[in-house]
Amino acid sequence: MAGTPSFELTDLDGNTRAYPASKPSLICFVKEDCETCNTAAPVINAFHTAYGDTANVWMVSQSADGSVILKDRHGLTLPILDDSDLKTSFAYDFNIVPAVFWCPDGKAAETQFEGFVKQEWRDLDQAIASTLGGSAGEIDWDALPDWRPGCGSKHLDPEINDRLRAEADDSPIRARKIEIASADDVAEFMFDQGFSDGLPLVAPTPERVLRMLAGTRRDAKEVIAQMPPNMGDATIEKIAINAVMAGCKPEYLPVVIAAIEAICTDEFNIHGVNATTMGASPVLVVNGPICERIGMNSGLMALGTGNRANATIGRAVRLAVRNIGGSHPGGTDRSTLGSPMKFTMCFAEREERSEWAPLHVERGFKAEDSVVTVFAMTSGPSLIVDQESREPDEIAGTLGLGLEAVFLSKYHMLPVDTLLVVCPEHLDTLMKDGPYSKDRLRDRIQDVTKKPLRDMVANETSGAGMTRAAAAKLSDEQLDRIVPKFASNDYIHIVVAGSDAGKFSGAFHGWATGEIGSQSVSRKIEEI
Amino acid sequence: MTLILDPTDETVPVSRQITPRDGQVSGVVGLMDIRKPRGNILLDELDRLLSERMPGIEIRRFAKPTFTKPCPDDLRAQMKAECDFVIEGLAD
Repeated sequence: MAGTPSFELTDLDGNTRAYPASKPSLICFVKEDCETCNTAAPVINAFHTAYGDTANVWMVSQSADGSVILKDRHGLTLPILDDSDLKTSFAYDFNIVPAVFWCPDGKAAETQFEGFVKQEWRDLDQAIASTLGGSAGEIDWDALPDWRPGCGSKHLDPEINDRLRAEADDSPIRARKIEIASADDVAEFMFDQGFSDGLPLVAPTPERVLRMLAGTRRDAKEVIAQMPPNMGDATIEKIAINAVMAGCKPEYLPVVIAAIEAICTDEFNIHGVNATTMGASPVLVVNGPICERIGMNSGLMALGTGNRANATIGRAVRLAVRNIGGSHPGGTDRSTLGSPMKFTMCFAEREERSEWAPLHVERGFKAEDSVVTVFAMTSGPSLIVDQESREPDEIAGTLGLGLEAVFLSKYHMLPVDTLLVVCPEHLDTLMKDGPYSKDRLRDRIQDVTKKPLRDMVANETSGAGMTRAAAAKLSDEQLDRIVPKFASNDYIHIVVAGSDAGKFSGAFHGWATGEIGSQSVSRKIEEI
Repeated sequence: MTLILDPTDETVPVSRQITPRDGQVSGVVGLMDIRKPRGNILLDELDRLLSERMPGIEIRRFAKPTFTKPCPDDLRAQMKAECDFVIEGLAD
């Protein structure tokens, strides 16, 4: 026999009815606007007339108004218990009303069924009569239909069910609950609490957070990282709360989780990325089948506005750093100028438009894996304009010249990452005469940016670069050595994105790359 | 009434007491270089001046591996164990 949950409910006369009970108990859940419940109501009342002296025969009604209507409509005399908050219905975990539980020992159900199958109700009548040793109820069974489908229980309405799940004892919700008085404006309250990046937030109600958590199979309590500077526990639940605030859909959550795992590694060093006065921010590139599944944008405006997934995934990561890590502008987020990337910067690579292996495959993942890669970038996308080049090496040369701007055109041999976003029209020019590998493009970039070391020495035009004192220690031969923009080809990362029309590529400029600062990190995204 | 869930790590910052200042410097003074460029020049100068003016104290030098990352726990514990005072060369 299945154990049945305990409850204390109030009937229409104000009496408390408690279960488990010392008497055999028949518990029938109904809702007033269900036709089948109205068919069953007189039958249940007849059971009460027949067995009410020796057993509890209770109707449990799913709305307060409905209890009164049912009583008046059918002239009911049995106790009608109020479950308008639906917690008892939720605990009993049935789908259809009427739902019947016959508990001969007052503790556990021997018989339970849903809807109206006449034979089940007749068998129940017999079972109760034989248990109690009395005679069966006086019911005109021939007048009743053989079968009627029930109605969906009210506790399964999506809005209501999310609330009930959030409030249940085994709810995954563990975060502190904050009550906002009805006189207060929820959006203003969240601004006042410092939860926002400056834009309005979606209120993270328990119902919304539960729906968000449905986007992952991972345990809501799992701690995936300690997030600096407070070293706050980044649980799946806390990430889901911030994802709700950012405006994410549940299917985006695995991307947000993977991105947060990536930025919280020692290699990526989100603390330094936030703290630097230079103003770095994570740039998220998403690859693999998940991009299409969740509707990410890799085409027109991929790096701009208008796509919910791109915008809110990046924003959720930033909000998590702010709220879980405790990094606030003026606190440990200390950028001199800041950058719009500190709101959000996330896009998908346009893999199907590119002859090159996509970023995640280059970095050792399978093409069918979904992967997020994070880069610490300080500016971008800065545009590289070339509407004239028609030859592969010409356009490759242009892309190189565009990258001279990283940090300052005078600086060379930079140990600094760049993320070059090649647009489809520039890609077509590169591929015009056959495959033009990424490595060939990297070589070309390095080749066209080569300059004598002496061009880097501080002078009257600009005091930046190699100090005059350091230069004085070098020979003419050393100063004439030509050096490329980047200290190695490995600093040049290349992806494809953008619309088919337009000869405009873009570049993100990095921060201090390597162990001294930040290294790009890729994380596989959970398959759902 | 609307119910929302706290998006923060729910930690309340601990308020800390500043060590009493008695106007005296004695024992071991740590000089911490966070490795920002030229931080060592500032600390070298402090090292020289403190040694001249307070011959009774002992100066020990420490350095973080990189200014961009938080101080390693071991180094923090070592400074706490060895030093009576620490001067950190913060940058910018």
